[in-house]
Amino acid sequence: MTDIQITSPVSAPRIGESAPRPDGVPKVTGTFTFSSDLWHNNMLWGGTLRSPHPSANIKSIDISGALAINGVSAVLTHTDVPGSLLYGLEHADQPVLAADVVRYEGESVAIVAADHPETVRRALAAIVVDYQVTAPLVDPEAAEQAEPIHPDGNLIRRLRLRHGDQNIQGEIQVEGTYEVGMQDQAFLGPESGLALPSEDGGVELFVSTQWLHSDRDQVAVCLGLPPEKVRFTLSGVGGAFGAREDLSLHAHLCLLALHTGRPVKMVYSREESFHGHVHRHPARMWYRHHADTDGNLLRVEARLILDGGAYASSSGAVISNATCFAAGPYLIPSADIDGAVVRTNNPPCGAMRGFGAVQTCVGHEAQMDKLAAALGMDPVELRLKNALKSGDKLLTGQTITGAAPVAEVIKSCVDHPSTLIPSDDMMSLPGGAGRTADPHHIVRGQAMAVGFKNLLFSEGFDDYSSAICHLVDGVATITCACAEVGQGFVTLAQQITREVLGVEEVILAPAATATVGSAGSTSASRQTWMSGGAVQKACEAVRQQLLERIADQHQVNLDDLVLVDGQIVSLSGNFSLDLATATTEPLEADIEYHHAPTYPVDENGQGDAHVSFAFAAHRAVVDVDPELGLVKVVELTTSQDVGRLLNPLQAVGQLEGGASQGVGLAVMEEVLVTEGRIRNASFTDYLIPTALDMPPVEIAAFIEQPEPGAPFGAKGIGEPPSISSTAAVVAALRDATKRELPRVPVRPTDIVQLEDDTP
Amino acid sequence: MSITIARSLDHALTTLHENPDALILAGGTDLMVQINRGYLNELSTVIAVNRIPELQGWKQQDDTLVLGAGLTYAEMEKSDFAAVAPALAQAARTVGSPQIRNAGTLGGNLGTASPAGDTLPVLAALDAVICLRSAQGARRLPILEFITGVKNNARQPGELIEEVHIPAAQGHQEFCKIGPRNAMVISVASLALIVDQQNKKVRLGLGTVGPVPLRPAEAEEHLSTNVNWAANTVSAATLDQFSTLAAAAARPIDDHRGTAAYRRHAIGVMARRTAARAFTEETA
Ligand SMILES: Cc1cc2nc3c(=O)[nH]c(=O)nc-3n(C[C@H](O)[C@H](O)[C@H](O)COP(=O)(O)OP(=O)(O)OC[C@H]3O[C@@H](n4cnc5c(N)ncnc54)[C@H](O)[C@@H]3O)c2cc1C
Repeated sequence: MTDIQITSPVSAPRIGESAPRPDGVPKVTGTFTFSSDLWHNNMLWGGTLRSPHPSANIKSIDISGALAINGVSAVLTHTDVPGSLLYGLEHADQPVLAADVVRYEGESVAIVAADHPETVRRALAAIVVDYQVTAPLVDPEAAEQAEPIHPDGNLIRRLRLRHGDQNIQGEIQVEGTYEVGMQDQAFLGPESGLALPSEDGGVELFVSTQWLHSDRDQVAVCLGLPPEKVRFTLSGVGGAFGAREDLSLHAHLCLLALHTGRPVKMVYSREESFHGHVHRHPARMWYRHHADTDGNLLRVEARLILDGGAYASSSGAVISNATCFAAGPYLIPSADIDGAVVRTNNPPCGAMRGFGAVQTCVGHEAQMDKLAAALGMDPVELRLKNALKSGDKLLTGQTITGAAPVAEVIKSCVDHPSTLIPSDDMMSLPGGAGRTADPHHIVRGQAMAVGFKNLLFSEGFDDYSSAICHLVDGVATITCACAEVGQGFVTLAQQITREVLGVEEVILAPAATATVGSAGSTSASRQTWMSGGAVQKACEAVRQQLLERIADQHQVNLDDLVLVDGQIVSLSGNFSLDLATATTEPLEADIEYHHAPTYPVDENGQGDAHVSFAFAAHRAVVDVDPELGLVKVVELTTSQDVGRLLNPLQAVGQLEGGASQGVGLAVMEEVLVTEGRIRNASFTDYLIPTALDMPPVEIAAFIEQPEPGAPFGAKGIGEPPSISSTAAVVAALRDATKRELPRVPVRPTDIVQLEDDTP
Repeated sequence: MSITIARSLDHALTTLHENPDALILAGGTDLMVQINRGYLNELSTVIAVNRIPELQGWKQQDDTLVLGAGLTYAEMEKSDFAAVAPALAQAARTVGSPQIRNAGTLGGNLGTASPAGDTLPVLAALDAVICLRSAQGARRLPILEFITGVKNNARQPGELIEEVHIPAAQGHQEFCKIGPRNAMVISVASLALIVDQQNKKVRLGLGTVGPVPLRPAEAEEHLSTNVNWAANTVSAATLDQFSTLAAAAARPIDDHRGTAAYRRHAIGVMARRTAARAFTEETA
């Protein structure tokens, strides 16, 4: 990294300074308390019986054998759910416990609480479920025509986007069909939590999640309890990346605790976790791009189909993103895009970092390279020529009013000098520790890609966050239900508070539903903006109250008062007061922060559906052993549009982590599903990049163009790193191998292409 | 359930004699996975063998390299071991992560007898002998008689894997392993090539491409007879034929880690490349 200065962390960092994570050292040294470490002396252990079939009718469930086992306190099925049987993020279509039908392998059928995990295991094995197995619907392209596998039908959502003149034809046209496999979020901390019955007949749940209030509301409905009797508190989260947006064990734990009157703990095994959360949607995408002979994009046509799996989860919003961002950050006057997400008996899919834009980036960037080849034009030049900028219209007809430094991210990324040092260490070649290659077997490839997506929630969703600022004796306490899942809100909330109030010490109260309103989800790159904004507004409100009080008490002019470094001073001269002294009487503000309204799209997919957008570019250099199909990403360079850098250290972490998930999807990460069954539900066979697979991420530039309307001008930065990184790596593999490689992850067999091979 | 932490070989053998079907626990990196998956529910007696001094480490005994069943991958990776058994050291480096290599043992790899066990093709190419011991006595089996099938071996109830004996050989050694990740990956195909300079023999072991490790006799024979031993060179045609014969000897299957066709192809590529590392390819 040549131009980026990461200041070493300071003790009480403010906005723009590197703030070390309070959980950093504990996590590395193993002392951090994750939700799986929760303990209560009187607790029971919970477990879940899951369907072994992707599709079956349940004829009967016999729990008597399990109940007869010594140490078993409860065995519950769908008949024990007191409230609504169904829940869901966007549509309540998924049963808390399956009643008469199971729609995916691993669907929850019964739950058990017992005195020991081993008793739980035996009890689960003693439950007899009589399944009538039915043929699973596994082909997403056949789903719409097939018999409905759910009362809500097999089409979860279709979006048709028609933009501009539909009769435009380009002189140059390129076409391609692309496929993206099912990626897992691969967080390391499995689903886990501890539920405790409360004296008022309610229940408390300590759990790792992305959105406490949404979980709480969904669970309360299933429990048949008013929301205030269901209290959720965030406990140590071991990664999320979208996989904790949906409920997993939340309702089950609450049911067991209420039923037994005892605290109940549950921790999924790794294999169970692969069945217990949603994955990234697999995608099949057809594209046709039209351009004139000068390389001006004229029109894009696309057909997108995402496999939503058995239940809706957030599929509706994912297909909306996939459709809106289908063509990438380019100005295109005409578009015809059809996006559908369908229901199948495959594992349910939902939120994952990048949320629909990752899949389409693989498609649109491959198309841009194809188009450049057809035009005989440099692919970077083609992208720059068509790059979106502020004031341009998206395919949804929305005008970009904020920053859109697409050309800037592209240029700074591709102009960044390569720092690759040649190495003949066998370990650093493709094949790594396996010692399969010698240097002369290796070919190198290089390419770049650019992508974008929306920040915050879209399509008219009333998106807000709440925060309380309490100031006493010069110490600020911030209460916000924002789920810290690794994104860095805990440092940011403190930085913002110091910046606004000039205090040193900032305490963060636990994130919980009982003490504060909703913060919204830790997703959609939204918490820096939304909960950061809520904290800023709450602090500003407290500052205003304070200055008014001081002006009043000391008969000084309010307009002259400012807060600097723990002092209240009057600009007109002779008044100054220590903040701690001024706040012996506490001050408090409780606010709700909403972003600018958005609107649903019309029947042509047109409308001002989004608040803001963020852009990133990646350049990848890969080494390939073409004969064995083994690869190594040797260099990855990125530039990202960040609005304003609030915590440089944390930003680097986001760019590195996001890129490594992108590299994983490009070359190895895939949940393999055959006939509805996951074949690699373990980290033995679901591979994620190791240190030998992931090069250091070179950050060419953080493009800082303050975003209007965003607190401190800062954009969310969590998702863009995982959007264009995959596309860049695949493009570099194409450059090295001269193969089309229309599918990710790219497998060795895709590169070798043996004649007699049928994967 | 009872757990015996054996402190000596005798201690382990007596306990095993009393409980011939006891589960033997070494590093636990295979066994615990099986237990967690519920494959071994009826645990009765467990004998932990990783603290038995007689099973630790390795030594050179006359013309034989004697490896204790408790030898860990971390020890095999070290340079002193790599100097006497380079291919085994290379194989050890490819096993799992540092944590797994600290705990996992050679005896465990043999006990599991997985087709993907990384030491197995090397032991096959090294003509290793497995020494088993019970309270009644000891017996020795060549590796290819010891491994009898997928996750099956010839160990009898009451027997412990005690040692692995490797006849000394001078010459180049190579181990290669294919996986879709650059480290910490289960083998898709692996291969060990051992040159025995003294006897002018090349021995080849194939891993993960059959239920048991394979020794492609025809390929070995072809290379051994066509190498120019004096110059330590080999012709391109010989390498090509060696590659073809090695690939033809593979008996791979399709599974979620790779296709049979790819595995066979990979064996051919690795065979050629390792032979070209051992002998200089003659320029036409
Ligand atoms: C994350 C992970 C990665 C792995 N990666 C690899 C890899 O890359 N390559 C590879 O080959 N393996 C790999 N393994 C498997 C495993 O580490 C090896 O097979 C290892 O050699 C097992 O040794 P252990 O000492 O842990 O055996 P244990 O698990 O203790 O035992 C394994 C089996 O051998 C038997 N056994 C052990 N010692 C003796 C003895 N002295 N006499 C008789 N029977 C005995 C046990 O009863 C059991 O059946 C991996 C495992 C994990 C968990």
